[in-house]
Amino acid sequence: MNKQSNTYTIIYIIILVVVVGTALAATSLALRGRQQDNVNADKMGQILAAALIAPEKGKVVSEFDRYITEQFVVNDRGEKIDGVRAFDVNVAAQSKLASDRRELPVFVCTTPAGDRKYIVPVYGAGLWGPIWGYVAFDENGSTIYGAYFAHQGETPGLGAEIEKPAFSSQFEGKNVFKDGRFRPIAVVKAGQQPLDGEDYVDGISGGTITSKGVGAMLSNCLTPYKKFLQNLNQ
Amino acid sequence: MADKINNREVLFNPLSKNNPVVVQILGICSVLAVTAKLEPAIVMGVSVIAVLAFANVIISLLRNTIPTNIRIIVQLVVVAGLVVIVDQVLKAYAYDASKQLSVFIGLIITNCILMGRLEAFAMANKPWPSFLDGVGNGIGYAVILVIVGFFRELFGSGTLLGYTVIPQSFYDAGYVNNGLMILPPMALILVACIIWVQRSYNKDLQED
Repeated sequence: MNKQSNTYTIIYIIILVVVVGTALAATSLALRGRQQDNVNADKMGQILAAALIAPEKGKVVSEFDRYITEQFVVNDRGEKIDGVRAFDVNVAAQSKLASDRRELPVFVCTTPAGDRKYIVPVYGAGLWGPIWGYVAFDENGSTIYGAYFAHQGETPGLGAEIEKPAFSSQFEGKNVFKDGRFRPIAVVKAGQQPLDGEDYVDGISGGTITSKGVGAMLSNCLTPYKKFLQNLNQ
Repeated sequence: MADKINNREVLFNPLSKNNPVVVQILGICSVLAVTAKLEPAIVMGVSVIAVLAFANVIISLLRNTIPTNIRIIVQLVVVAGLVVIVDQVLKAYAYDASKQLSVFIGLIITNCILMGRLEAFAMANKPWPSFLDGVGNGIGYAVILVIVGFFRELFGSGTLLGYTVIPQSFYDAGYVNNGLMILPPMALILVACIIWVQRSYNKDLQED
Protein backbone atom coordinates (compact mmCIF):
# COMPACT_ATOMS: atom_id res chain seq x y z
CA MET A 1 0.00 0.00 0.00
CA ASN A 2 1.20 3.50 -0.76
CA LYS A 3 1.68 5.16 2.60
CA GLN A 4 2.12 8.59 1.10
CA SER A 5 -1.18 8.63 -0.80
CA ASN A 6 -3.91 11.06 0.20
CA THR A 7 -6.45 8.31 0.87
CA TYR A 8 -4.09 6.51 3.27
CA THR A 9 -3.28 9.76 5.07
CA ILE A 10 -6.92 10.73 5.50
CA ILE A 11 -8.04 7.30 6.68
CA TYR A 12 -5.05 7.11 9.02
CA ILE A 13 -5.80 10.42 10.72
CA ILE A 14 -9.53 9.64 10.99
CA ILE A 15 -8.86 6.33 12.73
CA LEU A 16 -6.26 7.95 15.01
CA VAL A 17 -8.59 10.76 16.05
CA VAL A 18 -11.48 8.36 16.69
CA VAL A 19 -9.27 6.12 18.84
CA VAL A 20 -7.83 9.02 20.85
CA GLY A 21 -11.27 10.62 21.18
CA THR A 22 -12.75 7.40 22.51
CA ALA A 23 -9.92 7.01 25.01
CA LEU A 24 -10.44 10.57 26.27
CA ALA A 25 -14.19 10.19 26.54
CA ALA A 26 -13.78 6.95 28.47
CA THR A 27 -11.27 8.53 30.88
CA SER A 28 -13.50 11.52 31.45
CA LEU A 29 -16.55 9.34 32.14
CA ALA A 30 -14.64 7.04 34.46
CA LEU A 31 -13.17 9.86 36.56
CA ARG A 32 -15.97 12.43 36.55
CA GLY A 33 -17.52 11.29 39.85
CA ARG A 34 -14.26 11.52 41.75
CA GLN A 35 -13.41 14.88 40.20
CA GLN A 36 -16.76 16.36 41.17
CA ASP A 37 -16.30 15.04 44.72
CA ASN A 38 -12.92 16.76 44.88
CA VAL A 39 -14.33 20.05 43.62
CA ASN A 40 -17.18 19.88 46.14
CA ALA A 41 -14.86 18.98 49.02
CA ASP A 42 -12.60 21.88 48.07
CA LYS A 43 -15.55 24.27 48.12
CA MET A 44 -16.71 22.90 51.50
CA GLY A 45 -13.20 23.41 52.88
CA GLN A 46 -13.28 27.04 51.73
CA ILE A 47 -16.68 27.67 53.32
CA LEU A 48 -15.46 26.18 56.61
CA ALA A 49 -12.26 28.25 56.39
CA ALA A 50 -14.39 31.42 56.48
CA ALA A 51 -15.84 30.21 59.78
CA LEU A 52 -12.26 29.63 60.98
CA ILE A 53 -12.65 25.86 60.98
CA ALA A 54 -9.76 23.96 59.41
CA PRO A 55 -10.76 20.31 58.93
CA GLU A 56 -8.13 17.63 58.51
CA LYS A 57 -7.49 16.30 55.04
CA GLY A 58 -10.09 13.71 54.09
CA LYS A 59 -12.53 14.81 56.77
CA VAL A 60 -13.79 17.90 54.98
CA VAL A 61 -17.14 16.47 53.92
CA SER A 62 -18.07 15.05 57.32
CA GLU A 63 -16.97 18.24 59.11
CA PHE A 64 -19.00 20.29 56.64
CA ASP A 65 -22.11 18.24 57.36
CA ARG A 66 -21.45 18.60 61.07
CA TYR A 67 -20.94 22.36 61.28
CA ILE A 68 -22.99 23.72 58.37
CA THR A 69 -26.37 23.09 59.91
CA GLU A 70 -28.50 24.98 57.44
CA GLN A 71 -28.16 26.45 53.98
CA PHE A 72 -30.67 28.53 52.05
CA VAL A 73 -30.94 31.12 49.30
CA VAL A 74 -32.31 34.64 49.78
CA ASN A 75 -33.09 37.51 47.43
CA ASP A 76 -31.98 41.11 47.89
CA ARG A 77 -35.10 41.84 49.99
CA GLY A 78 -33.92 39.25 52.48
CA GLU A 79 -36.71 36.76 51.66
CA LYS A 80 -35.91 33.09 51.29
CA ILE A 81 -36.17 31.62 47.79
CA ASP A 82 -37.48 28.07 47.70
CA GLY A 83 -36.31 25.29 45.45
CA VAL A 84 -32.65 26.33 45.10
CA ARG A 85 -29.84 24.63 46.97
CA ALA A 86 -27.33 27.18 48.27
CA PHE A 87 -24.37 24.91 47.55
CA ASP A 88 -25.31 24.62 43.86
CA VAL A 89 -25.66 28.36 43.20
CA ASN A 90 -23.12 29.59 40.66
CA VAL A 91 -21.79 32.65 42.48
CA ALA A 92 -19.67 33.74 39.50
CA ALA A 93 -22.73 34.02 37.26
CA GLN A 94 -24.89 35.58 40.01
CA SER A 95 -22.33 38.30 40.77
CA LYS A 96 -22.77 39.66 37.23
CA LEU A 97 -26.56 40.04 37.50
CA ALA A 98 -28.39 43.12 38.75
CA SER A 99 -28.71 42.84 42.51
CA ASP A 100 -32.52 42.49 42.50
CA ARG A 101 -32.30 39.42 40.25
CA ARG A 102 -29.63 37.56 42.21
CA GLU A 103 -29.95 34.31 44.12
CA LEU A 104 -27.92 34.86 47.27
CA PRO A 105 -26.69 31.74 49.06
CA VAL A 106 -26.30 31.71 52.84
CA PHE A 107 -24.61 28.93 54.81
CA VAL A 108 -25.40 28.78 58.50
CA CYS A 109 -22.53 27.41 60.54
CA THR A 110 -22.95 26.28 64.11
CA THR A 111 -19.45 26.63 65.53
CA PRO A 112 -17.98 24.18 68.04
CA ALA A 113 -18.77 26.82 70.70
CA GLY A 114 -22.44 26.74 69.70
CA ASP A 115 -22.71 30.16 68.02
CA ARG A 116 -24.50 30.64 64.73
CA LYS A 117 -22.44 32.24 61.96
CA TYR A 118 -23.78 33.27 58.57
CA ILE A 119 -21.40 32.59 55.70
CA VAL A 120 -21.91 34.26 52.35
CA PRO A 121 -19.87 33.80 49.14
CA VAL A 122 -18.21 36.64 47.22
CA TYR A 123 -16.78 36.62 43.70
CA GLY A 124 -14.91 39.25 41.71
CA ALA A 125 -11.94 40.04 39.51
CA GLY A 126 -8.29 40.47 40.51
CA LEU A 127 -5.46 41.53 38.25
CA TRP A 128 -5.00 38.37 36.18
CA GLY A 129 -8.16 36.41 36.78
CA PRO A 130 -11.05 35.73 39.11
CA ILE A 131 -10.82 36.06 42.89
CA TRP A 132 -13.42 34.71 45.26
CA GLY A 133 -14.01 34.02 48.89
CA TYR A 134 -16.41 33.55 51.76
CA VAL A 135 -17.26 35.94 54.58
CA ALA A 136 -18.73 34.77 57.88
CA PHE A 137 -20.92 37.15 59.91
CA ASP A 138 -21.80 37.02 63.57
CA GLU A 139 -25.42 36.69 64.65
CA ASN A 140 -25.77 40.48 64.81
CA GLY A 141 -25.46 40.58 60.99
CA SER A 142 -22.74 43.20 61.09
CA THR A 143 -19.55 41.96 62.70
CA ILE A 144 -17.33 39.81 60.50
CA TYR A 145 -16.32 36.61 62.27
CA GLY A 146 -13.91 35.36 59.62
CA ALA A 147 -13.07 35.58 55.95
CA TYR A 148 -11.45 33.39 53.35
CA PHE A 149 -10.12 34.54 49.99
CA ALA A 150 -8.71 32.65 47.05
CA HIS A 151 -7.56 33.49 43.56
CA GLN A 152 -6.85 31.77 40.32
CA GLY A 153 -3.61 33.34 39.13
CA GLU A 154 -2.59 36.47 41.01
CA THR A 155 1.12 37.27 41.17
CA PRO A 156 2.87 35.11 43.80
CA GLY A 157 4.20 37.22 46.65
CA LEU A 158 2.10 40.23 45.62
CA GLY A 159 -1.59 39.92 44.74
CA ALA A 160 -1.59 36.24 45.71
CA GLU A 161 -1.06 37.30 49.34
CA ILE A 162 -4.84 37.81 49.65
CA GLU A 163 -5.18 34.09 50.29
CA LYS A 164 -2.86 34.28 53.32
CA PRO A 165 -4.35 34.51 56.83
CA ALA A 166 -2.25 37.66 57.34
CA PHE A 167 -4.64 39.40 54.96
CA SER A 168 -7.94 37.67 55.64
CA SER A 169 -7.62 37.79 59.45
CA GLN A 170 -7.67 41.61 59.26
CA PHE A 171 -11.39 41.37 58.50
CA GLU A 172 -12.23 39.73 61.81
CA GLY A 173 -14.18 42.04 64.07
CA LYS A 174 -14.92 44.66 61.40
CA ASN A 175 -18.49 45.88 61.06
CA VAL A 176 -20.44 46.36 57.84
CA PHE A 177 -23.07 48.47 59.62
CA LYS A 178 -21.69 51.65 61.05
CA ASP A 179 -23.83 54.48 62.47
CA GLY A 180 -26.85 52.74 60.95
CA ARG A 181 -25.43 52.80 57.44
CA PHE A 182 -24.39 49.74 55.44
CA ARG A 183 -20.80 50.00 54.21
CA PRO A 184 -18.93 46.93 53.00
CA ILE A 185 -15.37 46.86 54.28
CA ALA A 186 -12.99 49.09 52.33
CA VAL A 187 -9.53 47.91 51.28
CA VAL A 188 -7.10 50.83 51.36
CA LYS A 189 -3.40 51.45 50.92
CA ALA A 190 -1.56 50.61 54.15
CA GLY A 191 -1.48 53.64 56.44
CA GLN A 192 -4.41 55.40 54.78
CA GLN A 193 -8.04 55.63 55.82
CA PRO A 194 -11.21 55.70 53.74
CA LEU A 195 -12.82 59.13 53.51
CA ASP A 196 -16.23 57.94 54.61
CA GLY A 197 -15.21 56.59 58.00
CA GLU A 198 -16.25 53.00 57.26
CA ASP A 199 -14.32 50.02 58.60
CA TYR A 200 -11.30 49.17 56.49
CA VAL A 201 -8.37 46.81 56.14
CA ASP A 202 -4.91 47.37 54.69
CA GLY A 203 -4.37 46.29 51.11
CA ILE A 204 -1.32 44.39 49.88
CA SER A 205 1.75 46.45 49.00
CA GLY A 206 2.58 45.73 45.38
CA GLY A 207 -0.80 44.11 44.88
CA THR A 208 -2.79 47.28 44.43
CA ILE A 209 -5.08 46.08 41.66
CA THR A 210 -5.82 42.80 43.43
CA SER A 211 -6.50 44.70 46.67
CA LYS A 212 -8.85 47.05 44.86
CA GLY A 213 -10.48 43.97 43.33
CA VAL A 214 -11.15 42.61 46.81
CA GLY A 215 -12.77 45.91 47.82
CA ALA A 216 -14.92 45.98 44.68
CA MET A 217 -15.84 42.32 45.15
CA LEU A 218 -16.99 42.92 48.73
CA SER A 219 -18.99 45.95 47.71
CA ASN A 220 -20.63 44.16 44.78
CA CYS A 221 -21.38 40.88 46.53
CA LEU A 222 -22.19 41.98 50.09
CA THR A 223 -24.46 44.93 49.26
CA PRO A 224 -27.36 42.70 48.05
CA TYR A 225 -27.28 40.98 51.48
CA LYS A 226 -27.97 44.31 53.22
CA LYS A 227 -31.64 43.55 53.98
CA PHE A 228 -30.89 39.98 55.04
CA LEU A 229 -28.15 41.12 57.44
CA GLN A 230 -30.35 43.92 58.76
CA ASN A 231 -33.11 41.42 59.55
CA LEU A 232 -30.65 39.30 61.52
CA ASN A 233 -30.02 42.21 63.84
CA GLN A 234 -33.67 42.63 64.79
CA MET B 1 19.96 -0.97 12.27
CA ALA B 2 23.43 0.22 11.46
CA ASP B 3 24.61 1.47 14.83
CA LYS B 4 23.53 -0.64 17.74
CA ILE B 5 21.56 1.22 20.40
CA ASN B 6 22.92 0.76 23.90
CA ASN B 7 19.91 0.60 26.24
CA ARG B 8 21.99 1.64 29.23
CA GLU B 9 23.19 4.78 27.53
CA VAL B 10 19.71 5.53 26.25
CA LEU B 11 18.39 5.50 29.80
CA PHE B 12 21.24 7.17 31.66
CA ASN B 13 22.69 9.70 29.22
CA PRO B 14 19.78 12.13 29.60
CA LEU B 15 20.35 12.25 33.36
CA SER B 16 23.60 14.14 33.05
CA LYS B 17 25.65 14.20 29.85
CA ASN B 18 22.70 14.84 27.58
CA ASN B 19 20.24 16.36 30.03
CA PRO B 20 17.27 17.84 28.19
CA VAL B 21 17.10 20.92 30.41
CA VAL B 22 20.65 21.90 31.27
CA VAL B 23 22.45 20.61 28.18
CA GLN B 24 19.85 20.84 25.43
CA ILE B 25 18.13 23.82 27.14
CA LEU B 26 14.63 22.52 26.40
CA GLY B 27 11.51 22.86 28.53
CA ILE B 28 12.78 25.94 30.37
CA CYS B 29 9.32 27.53 30.43
CA SER B 30 7.83 25.00 32.83
CA VAL B 31 10.94 25.09 35.01
CA LEU B 32 10.18 28.76 35.61
CA ALA B 33 6.51 28.21 36.18
CA VAL B 34 6.07 25.24 38.49
CA THR B 35 9.14 25.24 40.73
CA ALA B 36 8.21 27.86 43.33
CA LYS B 37 7.23 24.92 45.55
CA LEU B 38 8.68 21.42 45.70
CA GLU B 39 5.42 19.45 45.55
CA PRO B 40 4.09 20.76 42.22
CA ALA B 41 7.61 20.34 40.81
CA ILE B 42 7.56 16.64 41.75
CA VAL B 43 4.05 16.11 40.36
CA MET B 44 5.01 17.91 37.17
CA GLY B 45 8.15 15.79 36.85
CA VAL B 46 6.22 12.54 37.30
CA SER B 47 3.59 13.70 34.80
CA VAL B 48 6.22 14.47 32.18
CA ILE B 49 7.94 11.11 32.76
CA ALA B 50 4.61 9.31 32.24
CA VAL B 51 3.59 11.29 29.16
CA LEU B 52 7.04 11.07 27.58
CA ALA B 53 7.45 7.33 28.16
CA PHE B 54 4.00 6.40 26.82
CA ALA B 55 4.13 8.83 23.90
CA ASN B 56 7.52 7.41 22.91
CA VAL B 57 6.21 3.84 23.03
CA ILE B 58 3.05 4.63 21.08
CA ILE B 59 4.86 6.60 18.38
CA SER B 60 7.51 3.90 18.19
CA LEU B 61 4.83 1.24 17.67
CA LEU B 62 3.17 3.33 14.98
CA ARG B 63 6.40 4.56 13.39
CA ASN B 64 6.24 2.35 10.30
CA THR B 65 2.62 3.21 9.55
CA ILE B 66 2.70 6.99 10.02
CA PRO B 67 2.49 8.91 6.73
CA THR B 68 5.55 11.19 6.62
CA ASN B 69 3.68 14.35 5.69
CA ILE B 70 1.44 14.28 8.79
CA ARG B 71 3.88 12.77 11.29
CA ILE B 72 4.03 15.93 13.45
CA ILE B 73 0.24 16.03 13.62
CA VAL B 74 0.12 12.37 14.64
CA GLN B 75 2.71 13.02 17.36
CA LEU B 76 0.75 16.02 18.60
CA VAL B 77 -2.52 14.09 18.74
CA VAL B 78 -0.90 11.31 20.75
CA VAL B 79 0.81 13.74 23.15
CA ALA B 80 -2.29 15.88 23.56
CA GLY B 81 -4.42 12.81 24.29
CA LEU B 82 -1.96 11.57 26.92
CA VAL B 83 -1.67 14.99 28.53
CA VAL B 84 -5.42 15.34 28.86
CA ILE B 85 -5.60 11.89 30.43
CA VAL B 86 -2.85 12.80 32.93
CA ASP B 87 -4.67 16.04 33.72
CA GLN B 88 -7.93 14.18 34.35
CA VAL B 89 -6.22 11.59 36.54
CA LEU B 90 -4.56 14.32 38.62
CA LYS B 91 -7.88 16.11 39.07
CA ALA B 92 -9.37 12.87 40.36
CA TYR B 93 -6.52 11.62 42.55
CA ALA B 94 -4.22 14.57 43.35
CA TYR B 95 -6.63 17.47 43.38
CA ASP B 96 -4.50 19.88 45.42
CA ALA B 97 -1.45 19.42 43.23
CA SER B 98 -3.50 19.77 40.08
CA LYS B 99 -4.96 23.00 41.44
CA GLN B 100 -1.47 24.39 42.01
CA LEU B 101 -0.25 23.31 38.59
CA SER B 102 -3.41 24.64 36.89
CA VAL B 103 -2.69 25.14 33.19
CA PHE B 104 0.88 23.88 33.27
CA ILE B 105 -0.11 20.22 32.97
CA GLY B 106 -1.95 21.13 29.78
CA LEU B 107 1.12 22.98 28.61
CA ILE B 108 3.17 19.77 28.70
CA ILE B 109 1.87 19.44 25.14
CA THR B 110 4.05 22.34 24.12
CA ASN B 111 7.11 21.09 26.01
CA CYS B 112 9.85 20.88 23.39
CA ILE B 113 11.38 17.84 25.10
CA LEU B 114 8.39 15.76 24.02
CA MET B 115 8.34 16.68 20.36
CA GLY B 116 12.13 16.51 20.35
CA ARG B 117 12.27 12.95 21.67
CA LEU B 118 9.39 11.73 19.51
CA GLU B 119 10.86 13.16 16.34
CA ALA B 120 14.49 12.36 17.08
CA PHE B 121 14.21 8.99 18.79
CA ALA B 122 10.83 7.25 18.77
CA MET B 123 10.32 7.68 15.01
CA ALA B 124 13.49 5.68 14.37
CA ASN B 125 13.69 3.13 17.17
CA LYS B 126 11.94 0.07 18.57
CA PRO B 127 9.42 0.41 21.43
CA TRP B 128 11.66 -0.80 24.29
CA PRO B 129 14.59 1.57 23.68
CA SER B 130 12.01 4.31 23.04
CA PHE B 131 10.41 3.62 26.41
CA LEU B 132 13.82 3.82 28.13
CA ASP B 133 14.60 7.02 26.24
CA GLY B 134 11.30 8.51 27.39
CA VAL B 135 11.86 7.51 31.00
CA GLY B 136 15.48 8.71 30.92
CA ASN B 137 14.66 12.11 29.46
CA GLY B 138 11.65 12.45 31.76
CA ILE B 139 13.81 11.77 34.79
CA GLY B 140 16.49 14.14 33.50
CA TYR B 141 13.84 16.83 33.33
CA ALA B 142 12.26 15.94 36.67
CA VAL B 143 15.64 15.97 38.47
CA ILE B 144 16.29 19.57 37.43
CA LEU B 145 12.75 20.55 38.40
CA VAL B 146 13.14 18.98 41.83
CA ILE B 147 16.55 20.58 42.46
CA VAL B 148 15.26 24.02 41.49
CA GLY B 149 12.01 23.50 43.42
CA PHE B 150 13.96 22.37 46.49
CA PHE B 151 16.09 25.52 46.67
CA ARG B 152 13.28 27.89 45.75
CA GLU B 153 10.91 26.56 48.40
CA LEU B 154 13.62 26.25 51.05
CA PHE B 155 14.94 29.79 50.69
CA GLY B 156 11.77 31.42 49.38
CA SER B 157 9.25 30.11 51.89
CA GLY B 158 11.38 28.38 54.53
CA THR B 159 9.42 25.15 53.99
CA LEU B 160 9.81 21.86 52.15
CA LEU B 161 6.73 20.08 50.82
CA GLY B 162 4.75 22.50 52.96
CA TYR B 163 6.50 21.60 56.23
CA THR B 164 8.46 24.32 57.96
CA VAL B 165 12.13 23.36 58.04
CA ILE B 166 13.84 26.62 58.94
CA PRO B 167 13.46 26.88 62.71
CA GLN B 168 11.75 29.86 64.31
CA SER B 169 14.97 30.75 66.12
CA PHE B 170 16.54 31.66 62.74
CA TYR B 171 13.72 34.15 62.11
CA ASP B 172 14.08 35.52 65.62
CA ALA B 173 17.77 36.05 64.92
CA GLY B 174 16.90 38.20 61.90
CA TYR B 175 16.75 35.67 59.08
CA VAL B 176 14.24 36.61 56.36
CA ASN B 177 12.78 34.48 53.58
CA ASN B 178 14.12 35.58 50.23
CA GLY B 179 11.12 36.84 48.27
CA LEU B 180 13.16 36.90 45.06
CA MET B 181 13.33 33.11 45.23
CA ILE B 182 9.64 32.67 44.52
CA LEU B 183 9.68 35.03 41.55
CA PRO B 184 10.32 33.46 38.12
CA PRO B 185 13.74 35.06 37.42
CA MET B 186 15.29 33.08 40.27
CA ALA B 187 14.39 29.83 38.52
CA LEU B 188 16.45 30.92 35.53
CA ILE B 189 19.35 31.93 37.76
CA LEU B 190 19.24 28.57 39.55
CA VAL B 191 19.10 26.67 36.25
CA ALA B 192 22.09 28.71 35.13
CA CYS B 193 23.94 27.74 38.31
CA ILE B 194 23.19 24.05 37.65
CA ILE B 195 24.45 24.45 34.07
CA TRP B 196 27.60 26.10 35.41
CA VAL B 197 28.27 23.34 37.93
CA GLN B 198 27.55 20.65 35.38
CA ARG B 199 29.79 22.12 32.69
CA SER B 200 32.71 22.63 34.98
CA TYR B 201 32.30 18.98 35.99
CA ASN B 202 31.92 17.65 32.41
CA LYS B 203 34.69 19.44 30.55
CA ASP B 204 33.63 17.99 27.18
CA LEU B 205 30.33 19.90 27.34
CA GLN B 206 32.12 23.23 27.36
CA GLU B 207 31.86 25.21 24.15
CA ASP B 208 34.63 27.44 22.90
